[in-house]
Amino acid sequence: METDVLRVQNLQTSFYTDEGEVKAVDGVSFNLPKGKTLGIVGESGSGKSITALSILQLLASNGGIKGGEIVFKGDNLVNYTEEQMRAIRGNAISMIFQEPMTSLNPVFTVGQQISESLIKHQKLSKKKAMERSVDLLKLVGIPSPEARVKNYPYELSGGMRQRVMIAMALSCDPEMLIADEPTTALDVTIQAQILDLIKELQHRLGMSVMFITHDLGVVAETCDYVAVMYAGQVVEYADVYTLFANPKHPYTIGLLNSLPRHDVDQDKLEPIRGNVPSIRDMPQGCRFAPRCPAATDLCRSKLPALEPSGNGNDVRCWIYTEEWDGEAEVEVYGKTRIAQS
Amino acid sequence: MAKQELLKVDGLKQHFPIKGGLLGRTVNHVKAVDGISFEVYEGETVSIVGESGCGKSTTGRAILRLEDPTEGTVHFEGEDITTLSSKEMRSRRKDLQIIFQDPYASINPRQTVSDILTEAMDIQNSVPRNKRRARVLELLQIVGLNEQQADRYPHEFSGGQRQRIGIARALAVDPKLIICDEAVSALDVSIQAQVLNLLEELQEDFNLTYLFISHDLGVVRHISDRVIVMYLGKIVEIGERNEIFDSPKHPYTQALLSAIPVPDPTYEKQHISLKGDVPSPIDPPTGCRFHTRCPFAQDKCKEVEPELKSYEMMEESHQAACHFVKEITEGELKPRDFSEKPIIV
Amino acid sequence: MGKYIVRRLLQTIPVLIGVSILVFSLMHLIPGDAAQIMAGEGASEATVEQLREKLGLNEPKPVQYYNYMTGVVQGDLGNSIRSGRPVMDEIKGRFWVTAELAIYATILAVFVGLIAGIVSAVRHSSWADVSIMIVALFGLSMPNFWLGLVLIQWFAIGADWLPEFLKMRPSGWGDSWRQLLLPVITLGTSGAAIIARMTRASMLEIIGQDYIRTARAKGLSERIVIYRHALKNALIPVITVVGLEFGAFLGGAVITETIFAINGMGRLTIDAIRERDFPIVQGTILIISLVFVLVNLLVDISYRMLNKRIDLN
Repeated sequence: METDVLRVQNLQTSFYTDEGEVKAVDGVSFNLPKGKTLGIVGESGSGKSITALSILQLLASNGGIKGGEIVFKGDNLVNYTEEQMRAIRGNAISMIFQEPMTSLNPVFTVGQQISESLIKHQKLSKKKAMERSVDLLKLVGIPSPEARVKNYPYELSGGMRQRVMIAMALSCDPEMLIADEPTTALDVTIQAQILDLIKELQHRLGMSVMFITHDLGVVAETCDYVAVMYAGQVVEYADVYTLFANPKHPYTIGLLNSLPRHDVDQDKLEPIRGNVPSIRDMPQGCRFAPRCPAATDLCRSKLPALEPSGNGNDVRCWIYTEEWDGEAEVEVYGKTRIAQS
Repeated sequence: MAKQELLKVDGLKQHFPIKGGLLGRTVNHVKAVDGISFEVYEGETVSIVGESGCGKSTTGRAILRLEDPTEGTVHFEGEDITTLSSKEMRSRRKDLQIIFQDPYASINPRQTVSDILTEAMDIQNSVPRNKRRARVLELLQIVGLNEQQADRYPHEFSGGQRQRIGIARALAVDPKLIICDEAVSALDVSIQAQVLNLLEELQEDFNLTYLFISHDLGVVRHISDRVIVMYLGKIVEIGERNEIFDSPKHPYTQALLSAIPVPDPTYEKQHISLKGDVPSPIDPPTGCRFHTRCPFAQDKCKEVEPELKSYEMMEESHQAACHFVKEITEGELKPRDFSEKPIIV
Repeated sequence: MGKYIVRRLLQTIPVLIGVSILVFSLMHLIPGDAAQIMAGEGASEATVEQLREKLGLNEPKPVQYYNYMTGVVQGDLGNSIRSGRPVMDEIKGRFWVTAELAIYATILAVFVGLIAGIVSAVRHSSWADVSIMIVALFGLSMPNFWLGLVLIQWFAIGADWLPEFLKMRPSGWGDSWRQLLLPVITLGTSGAAIIARMTRASMLEIIGQDYIRTARAKGLSERIVIYRHALKNALIPVITVVGLEFGAFLGGAVITETIFAINGMGRLTIDAIRERDFPIVQGTILIISLVFVLVNLLVDISYRMLNKRIDLN
């Protein structure tokens, strides 16, 4: 039996602006089993990055967690004080970000920046921390690490900076790594290097990884479990094989259909119609209903819950529930789905 | 039907000077594009792919003379447009349009959509004044926006809609060739698919020719007839779409394709790792520019620059710049393994 | 870095030559005969001629410039027409008075400005931020002469501290901080306001940067995030402003010196202009320009040292 290192239940995160409350995350639930990789996938504005920042409570000052639970190794982080959170950040849970070019402080050397976590969490001396930084740079595959610790970020390429970020994140042997689009800004050949590195390190260090991305290819390649997000909610959660072989939510099906692939010929893409709803003007029922080819009156009036649908998927869709008021066989983007009724 | 040559790029170079030293003299050049030649035929889509710094965007900008090329010629419909005066070039731009990655950056936020489209027509004077409003509405309909949106401002639109405005602006002057510079790269996949479909429809309806610049090989496979692969300012491989994707000959193309994650967890990946980063285009490596990262590199690669040509066992339309196409294809040369084995300390 | 300093030093040469030409031309830009103007209206033909001879005004212009510059390079700025003493001596005593005033004003401006700016940025949109920014706006919009007079009115006359505060000596600064206080506040307030606003804007921009989020994600305390990670970056643009402000204080001390009857460079210049003592006017302008150029040089170099990114060439 696997144990979950992280369990997020119905997370709600809001921002308060001049125009009122913005519910950026509004119903996110998933589990991350120990030693595994969970992919959070979604398009821009789906709330995937806010979910990650909520876990570490790194939200902007006008934002906050409004409800739900974030249980890390049995403790609900939502109840933690700022002081307790600081002891977790960069220590038990660390994070790497999308933009390696801007995520490192330009006025400190690479070594100084890696040392900081070590001095703070492991109480190492400056000298010891610097020695350990060299080891960490070696670990993430940076050539001549003794010289590189003295470099400033501008002296490194994008790929190298992302390796430095990883070294920094790994410095205190975290149990969980949150990677927020860590390869999006990198070229594909460099992306491949970084993905390999993360996988290899995870394997060796036994870390659990939460991987936030918009790229379904990256998900298929790196993740064990996937949570698909749409408009601030998780709409489908499954293990990666189930999700790609048998996607249930119409949005997941549409997303996979929209993707131009380099490995097979496709005649015509059948994209999802329309646009993502504005965060200030969410549909009353299912948030995907306005764009969904199978939507019924029920979908437009009532929001479905994220529930197990059999076959291992958790789906937020009326089709797979007893209440379903449409056809018994539903066709969504060329795929037939049997409704549960 | 004989293919009609629309664009012919010959020996194109774009070197940007680097200022330095005590007196700010030119001390070196960034060799962004370093001698490339290709043709584009009417009605086809040719894509240029490559990673950042390979010179693909610079090529597009040099063809349009947004920056004048250092060397080489660009023939459009048989006319050398690199020798045109800037005034002549301006009127020539009616036939050559460009769509950028971020349409928002290239439009005036204080103009309405209608103003933006009318302005494009004004510059070329291609549509009589009294017909312009009708043309604006027609264009909006063509790109899938509605007439009520004509008098709105760009900020009122989503990313995908703005890209549609960018496309409408390019179409406003009835161009023959549209250069799409990472035109769908910033869009989410569901929106990206919509815009790709639109581009394909427009190509059929208006007999457009696309030069499609992108780093996304999935998109490129979907939209292209032919593909050019660039690395460090040079073309390393050129061919029909399926030749490039199904039987790539240059090790760089092979590595590039193998690096892209496939959206299928059951896919068994044969991954060709490359060593390190792309070298600087200021002092590119001697010989074959790829030899510093190539898993097949031999001594010859360091010294002799390979010619871009059709080697035996390649189709006539398919060319690669590698000394060892034959040896690699037949498996005589084995790749070195550059994949990483982290050392735990 | 060394190369940069050499290049930057070489670049100041044309600037200094330009300044010297401008200063030299001062005397020749005035309509009419410089000797006549200097000698005064009632002067006899012979006196004017004598003055012209003494100043070398009969020589061709390039020769005059050459002579002037040879003197300048050797530290000889000519003699005052009124007192007959070397300009250098006249300035020497006064320069340090003004420099001291400007230095203290800069220290005040930096100290107050930085603290106010940081507090404002860290407590963005709070009442503290709003009040600091209102005060800063006042500080910016108050003219020096008015502020000086108000301060005298309040503290010196109103509070009856007049003797202590306004007891000035002919030249040189008093040993008492009380004598310094009001002029320094008068001169430094606008600078403090500018630096506060600049620091706040710069800090707000930096706090929004990705690397600040990275620092927080490491579990660092807010104090370290702000004072180590943010401030060092935020100071980069502020340094330029500090340098410019110091230069402005040097040149702008005229009004403050006049109000508080301080015998500094400013007053020297004003008096010299009034008395048409052109060698003195030339000398003071030359010295202030020189200091200005030097301060800018220092600012550029320290900017370069702080900002590693632009060292890339």
